[in-house]
Amino acid sequence: MLDLQWLLIAIPLASGALLLVWGKESDRFGHLIGTAASAASFVLGVVLFVTLMGEGADDRSHAVSLFTWIDAGTFHVEMSFVYDQLSALFVLLITGVGTLIHVYSIGYMAHDERRRRFFAFLNLFVAAMLTLVLAGDYLVLFLGWEGVGLASYLLIGFWQHKPSAAAAAKKAFVVNRVGDIGMALAIMLMFAQFGTSAIAAVNAAAPGATDTVTTSLGLLLLLGACGKSAQVPLQSWLLDAMEGPTPVSALIHAATMVTAGVYLVVRSNAIFDASEVARTAVIIVGLVTLLAGAWIGCAKDDIKKALAGSTMSQIGYMMLAAGLGPAGYAFAVFHLITHGFFKANMFLGAGSVMHGMDDDVDMRHYGGLRTMMPVTFATFGLGYLAIIGVPPFAGFWSKDKIIEAAFGQNLWVGLGALLGAGVTAFYMTRLMIMTFLSEKRWREDVHPHESPRVMTWPLIGLAALSAVGGVLLLGDWIVEWLEPVVGHAEHHELAVPAIVLTLIITAVVAVGVVAAVAFYRREPIAGETPADDSVSLFARAGRHELYGNELNDALVVRPTTHLTRLLVWFDGKGIDGFVTGTADRLGDTSQLLRKPQTGYVRSYALMMFAGVAIVVLCLLAVTLA
Amino acid sequence: MRASLMSAELPPIPAPEIEYSLLAPLMIIAGAAIVGVLVEAFWPRTTRFAAQTVLACAAIVAALADTVWVYTDLDRIESSLTARGQIAAEGAVSVDGPGVFAWGILLVFGLLSMLLFAERRLDGGLSAFTGRAADAPGSAAEADAVKRRLEHSEVFPLALFALVGMMLFATANDLLTMFVALEVLSLPLYILCGLARRRRLLSQEAALKYFLLGAFSSVFFLYGIALAYGYSGSFELSAIDTAVTSRTGSETMLLASIALMAVGLLFKIGAAPFHTWTPDVYQGAPTPVTAFMAAGTKAAAFMALLRVFFVAFGGSSWDWRPTIVAIAVITMFLGAVVSISQTDVKRMLAYSSIAHAGFLLVGFVGVYAGVAGSDRVTSVSSVLFYLAVYGLSSIGAFAVVTLVRDSGGETTHLSKWAGLGKTSPVLAGSFAVFMLSFAGIPLTGGFIGKWGVFSAAYSGGFWWLVVIGVLVSALAAYFYVRVIVLMFFTDPVGEGPTVAVPSVLTTVVIGVAVVGTVGLGIIPGPLLDLAQHAGAFVR
Repeated sequence: MLDLQWLLIAIPLASGALLLVWGKESDRFGHLIGTAASAASFVLGVVLFVTLMGEGADDRSHAVSLFTWIDAGTFHVEMSFVYDQLSALFVLLITGVGTLIHVYSIGYMAHDERRRRFFAFLNLFVAAMLTLVLAGDYLVLFLGWEGVGLASYLLIGFWQHKPSAAAAAKKAFVVNRVGDIGMALAIMLMFAQFGTSAIAAVNAAAPGATDTVTTSLGLLLLLGACGKSAQVPLQSWLLDAMEGPTPVSALIHAATMVTAGVYLVVRSNAIFDASEVARTAVIIVGLVTLLAGAWIGCAKDDIKKALAGSTMSQIGYMMLAAGLGPAGYAFAVFHLITHGFFKANMFLGAGSVMHGMDDDVDMRHYGGLRTMMPVTFATFGLGYLAIIGVPPFAGFWSKDKIIEAAFGQNLWVGLGALLGAGVTAFYMTRLMIMTFLSEKRWREDVHPHESPRVMTWPLIGLAALSAVGGVLLLGDWIVEWLEPVVGHAEHHELAVPAIVLTLIITAVVAVGVVAAVAFYRREPIAGETPADDSVSLFARAGRHELYGNELNDALVVRPTTHLTRLLVWFDGKGIDGFVTGTADRLGDTSQLLRKPQTGYVRSYALMMFAGVAIVVLCLLAVTLA
Repeated sequence: MRASLMSAELPPIPAPEIEYSLLAPLMIIAGAAIVGVLVEAFWPRTTRFAAQTVLACAAIVAALADTVWVYTDLDRIESSLTARGQIAAEGAVSVDGPGVFAWGILLVFGLLSMLLFAERRLDGGLSAFTGRAADAPGSAAEADAVKRRLEHSEVFPLALFALVGMMLFATANDLLTMFVALEVLSLPLYILCGLARRRRLLSQEAALKYFLLGAFSSVFFLYGIALAYGYSGSFELSAIDTAVTSRTGSETMLLASIALMAVGLLFKIGAAPFHTWTPDVYQGAPTPVTAFMAAGTKAAAFMALLRVFFVAFGGSSWDWRPTIVAIAVITMFLGAVVSISQTDVKRMLAYSSIAHAGFLLVGFVGVYAGVAGSDRVTSVSSVLFYLAVYGLSSIGAFAVVTLVRDSGGETTHLSKWAGLGKTSPVLAGSFAVFMLSFAGIPLTGGFIGKWGVFSAAYSGGFWWLVVIGVLVSALAAYFYVRVIVLMFFTDPVGEGPTVAVPSVLTTVVIGVAVVGTVGLGIIPGPLLDLAQHAGAFVR
């Protein structure tokens, strides 16, 4: 039964290919095929998961090799897949959330004439993402890694008639390339050091490798993870990526693809376990990103960008957890799953709001929507409670565990994570108030209305999951489930009892909520974004995404442009100049050398005679010298 | 009494022993030439041209068949590891591997040229040769000759005499025979050059220049022979070799002899600075004759050059090699550079032939003798292969030139060739194949030829000469590719060229040349093995 794992990938892949090649007549039902393919994958995923539950705890890693992909000399790569506890959870998340988003898209994209193509791309994304998480070899993983990158590029730029969408797609692609270099180099290093790139073999060999190797591998993989998961310093593409259709933002840029970096770190746990330096780097990246993302989330008026900042921040939490080693891997995955639920829920909610507000994304034009869109409000509200960590909603359990583990690692890391929780409460409350609670600030001719059922049902489903996702932690189930994959965690005794810490966290969250309420209920919210010079430095920096783009421009883009210009100049003047100069000189030489060809036989004879004299003299000179 | 007195005073003259079976190819061609003269005298005029064509072609085919038979029957020489064959005709002719191989390619070139000679469809049913050479160009008599459709069918016997001269030149084993062969090959060519139907003044000027300069160079060659005789007391190459190896006699006399003979031979192959006749004569001569000269004369003269320098002066190679190297460099460079500024196709091909003489000289200075059991490329085999490929492509290229015409006959100005690829893709494609082969692009015979001569030079220790050769090849590629660009990627000026529809004769020549050029590039093995198998010269 578990051998059928390849079908998980094959179904959406075939459907995506079919939708791309099928002609116009499939426009009427193409979206249904796409959704059915995703649902079929989900059903199969559930069946496989149940089957896996039935296996003994030590027999739950099931590898299968379809064929030999590359066999060149000593370089041998199997098209292999591994279905184990970790990938099983991801399969459920990807196909489950993916199917709900497919359903939602039927309504959301109803009026788009290229809806069939949209579903084809979504299917391709699902197939690629499943390849990524099921891969048994880093090279196969890389195939999926690039596949999701391609799907992301295609979907961000889906409305390619908008220059901003095309530019955003390009930016995402280019920034991801930087991370991909890290991935590619890591795979090459694995092969050079271990002679294989099979994940199991690499993880088995990592503990025996030198520090230099494991640290290099860890840092290279981290670079790849940073690109894919929009972690500092490769975070700049994620906010622009919100140009894509909202279901894309929900599926790819919130629930699944952007968490691939976290998956990569968890999957490569043996490498990170073996390198203190790499682990520390992961923690630093996670901590910096979680604070930076939260900061940006506080300042954005664009609802999707505010949520994107939040996504960055939440993935920062996961990274941080993953950097904590065996103590955090399970919680990273746990938070990844709950985040997948509530963030997808909120993105789809935002899409629902936009749907009712004529695709306006500016929260300053919202307000008072709770009565107009009750279902959206209710579901969004559950997501809100989950993300800020109100007990007993999903986010409370997962975030609480991460902060607790962070304190177990280091006081300052713990405090940073705690601060992040407070800020999260602040910006999410701000978002709720500006969108649903405050007074109406609608533009003219805008008539907010609830979305159709095909869109609200997925919201309800995801909201339910956001509410009860915490059950995965019941009896430490997820920790024990993942233990065969990520290793056993030593239990850290904290200076204070866990319950006290939980209370402190909840208190900090409450402070964040109260601060936001105080701040945004004090006076009416402006209908337009205040000018930069009328807001605090703090807000200004947040609006400009902490000047990340400017930093990239100054540090990378402009020097590269200058270097390129220099090279172009050198190529034109130096290389081409040399070549054309040589050609010109040869042309001149040619003109010069044809001069003696006068046509007069007397001068030819004279030349011959001179030649004879020279040849004779040469021969004599050579010999007599 | 009287009889005994006679026998005492005059030793009996032994009858010369002639190996007729070995020399048959020479004799077939010579005989056919003589018969051709008789045909000229007695055959009715109406069918004479056809009769001469058939006679010449049949003779060449017969000689070719016999050459193959002679080649397979050559005896291995006891004293040498690689040489095969024997000295024939009382030491006058050396029938050995390289020599007979040269016969073979000369006969093939001769046959293809005869087909071009016989082409009569291009110019209103008349051949490329003038109707009555004695008429002043542009005179009423000339118009009368055209009206009466007069033709000089003497061109066939003349070409056969030239061909037999070439064959003898390539195999002459003593210097006097070599000189006679040189004149036998040259004199008919001087006449043939002046027989063009169109642009007769240019043609006659070319013939006169060729004759004057040819005579001039023959004199140097003859002087060189005299000095060699003075040095060694013999005309025979092996006897000269003995003298050179034992270093008897005046060093200066030997060196002067080497230099003067080199001049005579370098003139024939068109090496700088003795190349000056080449562009003018190639341009002025009737194009079929140019094709015949470019392929045949160069091959024959190169074989003579190799034979004289390796057999007679081999012991003195340290003396002449540096000078030959210098001439090779100058020739390659001059040929390649000056062809850049040429605007006439035939002149461009002439300079190309000069550059190729330079590349052949690079092979010539390489390692001479093969080592038994080693398949290292030697000078002789690489030059033989190169000559075969170059000659084939050359004849093909000139055959194409005969087809691109306007009202004044062939239009050889390059600007008129613009856009040829659009109107006649097959013809332009064939020409492009020849150009690529000249440039030495892989998958053409020219590439293998260049590889051969360069590796022979490399084996001989002249790696830097190979570097220069490769650089000059790159340089030379410019003007070959320029022609291709002109034909395929440039719009025609005005009406563009018209391409005459040839008879089967020219079509066969171009077809054979294309197939040969490409075939030798893709499967060079058989011919390369054959050239390698030809081995060394017999002493």
